[in-house]
Amino acid sequence: MGFQPVKFYQTGTFTVGNRLLTPDERSLQSDKGRSNSINSGHRACQGCGEALGARYAIDAAVAGSHGQLIAANATGCLEVFSTPYPESSWQLPWIHSLFGNAAAVATGIAAAMKVKGKTSVRVVAQGGDGGTTDIGFGCLSGMFERNDDVLYICYDNQGYMNTGVQRSSATPPAARTATTMTVGKEPGNVFGQGKNVPEIAMAHGIPYVATATVADLRDLEYKVRKAMTVHGARYIHIFVPCPLGWGTASNDTIRMARLAKESGTFPVFEAEYGEVTGVLKIRHQIPVEDYLRPQKRFAHLFGEHPHPETIARLQLLADRNIRKYGLLNGHAAAADEANEHLRELRISEGGN
Amino acid sequence: MSNRPFAITLKPGTSLSNLTGTWRNERPVYVDRLPPCNNACPAGENIQGWLFHAESGDYQQAWRVLVENNPLPAVMGRVCYHPCETACNRGLLDESVGINSVERFLGDEAIKRGWKFDRPALVSGKRVLVVGAGPSGLSAAYHLARMGHQVEIQEAGPFAGGMMRFGIPKYRLPREVLDAEVQRILDMGVVLKLNTKVENIEQSMQGFDAAFLAVGAHIAKRAYIPAGDAAHIVDAVSVLRSMEGEDKPMLGRRVVVYGGGNTAIDVARTAKRLGAQEAIIVYRRSREKMPAHDFEVEEALQEGVLIKWLSTIKHADEGSLTVEKMLLDEKGVPQATGEFETMEADSLVLALGQDVDLSLLNGVSGLEIKDGTVQVAVNMMTGHAGIFAGGDMVPSERTVTVAVGHGKKAARHIDAWLKGTAHQPEAKHEIASFDKLNPWYYSDADKTVRPMLDTIRRQTTFDEVQGGLDENTALFEARRCLSCGNCFECDNCYGVCPDNAVIKLGPGKGFEFNYDYCKGCGICMTECPCGAIKMVPEET
Repeated sequence: MGFQPVKFYQTGTFTVGNRLLTPDERSLQSDKGRSNSINSGHRACQGCGEALGARYAIDAAVAGSHGQLIAANATGCLEVFSTPYPESSWQLPWIHSLFGNAAAVATGIAAAMKVKGKTSVRVVAQGGDGGTTDIGFGCLSGMFERNDDVLYICYDNQGYMNTGVQRSSATPPAARTATTMTVGKEPGNVFGQGKNVPEIAMAHGIPYVATATVADLRDLEYKVRKAMTVHGARYIHIFVPCPLGWGTASNDTIRMARLAKESGTFPVFEAEYGEVTGVLKIRHQIPVEDYLRPQKRFAHLFGEHPHPETIARLQLLADRNIRKYGLLNGHAAAADEANEHLRELRISEGGN
Repeated sequence: MSNRPFAITLKPGTSLSNLTGTWRNERPVYVDRLPPCNNACPAGENIQGWLFHAESGDYQQAWRVLVENNPLPAVMGRVCYHPCETACNRGLLDESVGINSVERFLGDEAIKRGWKFDRPALVSGKRVLVVGAGPSGLSAAYHLARMGHQVEIQEAGPFAGGMMRFGIPKYRLPREVLDAEVQRILDMGVVLKLNTKVENIEQSMQGFDAAFLAVGAHIAKRAYIPAGDAAHIVDAVSVLRSMEGEDKPMLGRRVVVYGGGNTAIDVARTAKRLGAQEAIIVYRRSREKMPAHDFEVEEALQEGVLIKWLSTIKHADEGSLTVEKMLLDEKGVPQATGEFETMEADSLVLALGQDVDLSLLNGVSGLEIKDGTVQVAVNMMTGHAGIFAGGDMVPSERTVTVAVGHGKKAARHIDAWLKGTAHQPEAKHEIASFDKLNPWYYSDADKTVRPMLDTIRRQTTFDEVQGGLDENTALFEARRCLSCGNCFECDNCYGVCPDNAVIKLGPGKGFEFNYDYCKGCGICMTECPCGAIKMVPEET
């Protein structure tokens, strides 16, 4: 992975911070004075992955732009829960226009800043998977194609959640939503290709594309900060579990993201100009079943009339990700790292 | 407001007026749970507490926290059978933390750097007599001195240490280490009178306000073995004791040790080092049933000690023994088979356990003696008011660590008794069991193995067998600690809260919840690596 993993130190780079680390080795989120771009009092559900992912990402973008950041927001949960009139949770210049035009609005802001000569002001656009993979997709593709100087962040919770959990083109196969009921021979969402926007973004050949999850903060912050060092169109796709829409416990949000990554269901990688340049390896591989079982939207695959063949198909999709991105061998690497740390300690002390 | 377009612009951060804490039906609270290592320690050490300081490289502070409970870390880091490591949660992850080796490192570091105990701040004016300068007596003396009492230890032997000196061989506990830790206790103002055998406790106690008895168990148990006149039979206790004098015991070239405890192993390994070509342990049961610790058996076997399982000694003659083979019945009890064989042996050492010399208690009223040990109440006091007892002379497991624990416990009760109150131990916290942790967050790191002396030197010298960690490996090992049940400031709760409802108070101060905004989702509890957050229902 691109970010420098801290060697050992009890929890290394897995935790948000650690008293044993120097401040510059800790995450931005561990900073007492972090910018809290999205403030307390927002109306996201208990355990919202999107609220968390948005703070992680926008705080990193604010740091990466030295506080000179403007955000354009698509319609969606994030917009609704953060700005119910007359309150706003945002602590940076933020604009909402329509569901489908966040990329276009951001493009316009970037153009305006260029015209005004404010080269230090950076622009970010953000939305959920509905506003990105479905409704805003045309504007997004145009932004990529023109290589506009915008970082677009998609918070993917795999459905239209604030309107009552309807299917989007990011909803996974077999999942139950209000519009993909668990009836018929193949209950839940159909097996199709869906829409893999990170790969579509890569196909545009833009400078930077990355995926991340709320379970890997260091990786997420590294990717946002790296994106802020680049000009042109950039795209980051962040996996944000939704307790309401997925039927998971509110305290399991980060765990679900971790299970998605560790099972290979959600590959975490980065790409430059259409080429994959790094992947976050699986550390302790788990079967996809372990990821599916805690989610009520997959409950019909288990229980009295289970669908083992559907689970097997979902496992095949994860296996394909693992093959395609080379996601394994993470554990061996981590162990090597600890040993190397010990060896370095010895060398630095002049021992043997 | 007037010049703002209606419903178009909002002031930044105004959502603070929406107190989302009202949504909550469960609230997170920070807790300190009891780490399994602390719970398992017979000396009641705050292991997680001292490892916390060792992790940051502050070894002196780590040592100071350690010695709040145990004044003998360098000794303990060598001879303790570390039940803490057996209980360690990390054992379920990869391998338990090498607590014992870090303890030894801290103990050795303290000796090397000359760290001293603080002298007691206040003086109580009370005098306590401690009988016996073994681990229990030394521990009690240390704790009583810290509480401001004037302590005098009366020891029958020529040196302090008790079984640490006269029972544990040098190759496991170098004497300079023991001497240094004893001296440090004496430097606090504890008076030690050697070669002072207490014959009658009531007489010796005159002028003292209380007494703590810790005379140990030094009398070798005898088994009746028919023997010829010229058979050379000695007991393990006197063999090990005479190792401390000028004249080393003469055991011959073929030494047979009878027994299956740690003492049998110690004496066989000692015989080997004294030049015996063969040191053979004869034990009536099988290896699984042997009370000696597995690693000691293993080390003895590595050094060439032989063990004859399922055998009893029937007769001893000059130069030979008659041995009967045994068979375990279905209950695991050895039964005679009637099959005999002869073994050559220049000497036979009996290691069949030890009894307590209770003669000093003759005539003391109110005492209860059962199975050769003194009965004590939960406060370690005997049936005679003001006389407390601990260590090997009271019923318990006979290890240095247990003895040190007794000394501390007795000291607390003696202190309370002297003040006319009763010591109430604090209620134990809930145990931080493995299921309370989120082990995902801990780095992968295997245990650091301590170096061992070459076998040839182990067979011929009394050099210490097991080496210690150096500063780097000790630091590494300390950082393998999961800090079970106690916050180690990893910032996870602060980072993972979707509602920014955790307040970071700064280094050493930990965190606080902002219940105005906490929605009670519980992510902080689930993602706390060490299980230091608990969800409790809100009152309705």
